[in-house]
Amino acid sequence: MSDLILTPNIPGADDFYAELLASHEGLSKAESDALNARLVLVLANHIGDRAVLSDALKAAALSKEDAA
Amino acid sequence: MNQISDKKIFEVPLYAYERSPDQDAPAPVRHKVVVIGAGPIGLGAAIDLAQQGVEVVVLDDNDKVSFGSRAVCYAKRPLEILDRLGCGHEMVAKGVEWNLGKVFFDERQVYDFNLLPEGGHEFPAFINLQQYYFEEYMVNRVRAMQAEGAPIEIRGLNKVLSVKDKGDHVSLIVDTPDGDYTVEADWLIACDGAASPTRAMMGLDFVGRVFEDNFLIADVIMEADFPTERWFWFDPPFNRGQSALLHKQPDGVWRIDLQLGWDIDKEEEKKPENVIPRLKAMLGEDVKFELEWVSIYTFQCRRMEKFRHGRVIFAGDAAHQVSPFGARGANSGLQDTDNLGWKLKLVMEGTAPESLLDSYDVERVHGADENILNSSRSTDFITPKSEMSRVLRDAVLDLSEHYAFARPLVNSGRLSVPCTYDGSPLNTPDALPGGPARSRPGSPCADAPLGDGYLLPQLGDRFTLLTFGADAPESLEIDGVTVTRLALEASPEIAARYLGEAASAVYLIRPDQHVAARWPAYDAAAVETALKRAIGKE
Repeated sequence: MSDLILTPNIPGADDFYAELLASHEGLSKAESDALNARLVLVLANHIGDRAVLSDALKAAALSKEDAA
Repeated sequence: MNQISDKKIFEVPLYAYERSPDQDAPAPVRHKVVVIGAGPIGLGAAIDLAQQGVEVVVLDDNDKVSFGSRAVCYAKRPLEILDRLGCGHEMVAKGVEWNLGKVFFDERQVYDFNLLPEGGHEFPAFINLQQYYFEEYMVNRVRAMQAEGAPIEIRGLNKVLSVKDKGDHVSLIVDTPDGDYTVEADWLIACDGAASPTRAMMGLDFVGRVFEDNFLIADVIMEADFPTERWFWFDPPFNRGQSALLHKQPDGVWRIDLQLGWDIDKEEEKKPENVIPRLKAMLGEDVKFELEWVSIYTFQCRRMEKFRHGRVIFAGDAAHQVSPFGARGANSGLQDTDNLGWKLKLVMEGTAPESLLDSYDVERVHGADENILNSSRSTDFITPKSEMSRVLRDAVLDLSEHYAFARPLVNSGRLSVPCTYDGSPLNTPDALPGGPARSRPGSPCADAPLGDGYLLPQLGDRFTLLTFGADAPESLEIDGVTVTRLALEASPEIAARYLGEAASAVYLIRPDQHVAARWPAYDAAAVETALKRAIGKE
């Protein structure tokens, strides 16, 4: 059992962000939305831990009671 | 601008035109080095060379320092270089130091950050200083050197009309208020800015990416109680859909940078009647301010394919141009001249082969690429170029307010750090097991406290053998190059920065304070090989 990590955890954050933007280059908005949806599902499967996924959904919602 | 009451330093001719004897000589006079451009980079190149005894003439088409503040952020490494050139302390004494930055998104502050500079360095992480002061202090340094008899000269209102590389020298035609004259140089260094006329005259390329955006820069003088911090806004109410930046400079001058977008009328936007309402919306109706300087800029990220073309060598913005986010223009230009000065000296005196100058290309092209990559990424974050890019950017900003993980992804400019010349042909492969990565061959030496002062002023202008708990000769003579030993006790800072897990170390340091090689102990043959490689003889 591990907790959702909300502190910096990606080495080379700028490299990652540039690669993320590049993956969207040349796509229409609809294609980009679809890419993002697939990416969420791929990452969710990789995480696997149901409790962590629930925490991640709450964190992304930025709801006040859950915000750190 | 009519708001200006007193005469500013940038309105006074600091190097007024004077007729040179060269203009009356029967045949063109040959100089050792001519530098085109008396901006921060041209003056840096000239001071560096003259300090080493190389005769140098600086030609500038103007006779005053920079108009308006222009470059305002100077990082630690250029300050260390300026200290070696004899004018770092004046800059720091006048400049404004800052460590705290705040990031705003829409109407709210999302987070703040502290640069938390590492202790034990003589110079701060960053200062803000108007470019006109920067240039004034460099001109003062030139005058002081002239008074001591150094071979350095600045010629104002000397506009270069043509440049011809003749193989063993360069010939220039120069226009002056008294008409034109021809002058020659063994070597020419072009530091004539992003629009470099020299580059154009030589028909050389300057390719890269154009960013379709405009930024309004306003320097305002105000008595405001804003703290000495860097404030950056994404999509603020006073500049919807765009960004804004507020930075403090000396003398109560504040730099304000407002993104305007692409489809604007630049001349209209620059008019005070259009600038003032924008600033009031940002600062508040009641804040009293005076405009010192207004400019609108667009930018590109581009560089020349090669910085050295025979006997003509390009440095600073003339060789490479970056977006201003991250303070990489003047900062990287000074690293160019820092890299070039000692190499040119060794080549001119015949100690090193001419091919040593090609390593200037390799090392500084590497530096320029690093700067262009970083500043392109900042620009892509600040001005997203697609709808999805903006969605992701805004998601990062929203998350950054709540979660620390998103903050390293926020990119309002990555502050300039010096380049490590990994892979340079002048480096000897790392031979210090357990040595700290930050001091690997190619790295600039990190400063550290030493006695009553600091380490870096003890290095530079010559090759140094830096020893920590290792024996070595006090002085070496290798192929006409003198190497001087500096033996250090391992204080905690020095141990962390130079020894790491090693018990002892010997470093060969270049005249520009970069590491050429390192070992656990002195080995005469290894040092000789490394020195030869560092001067281009391997």
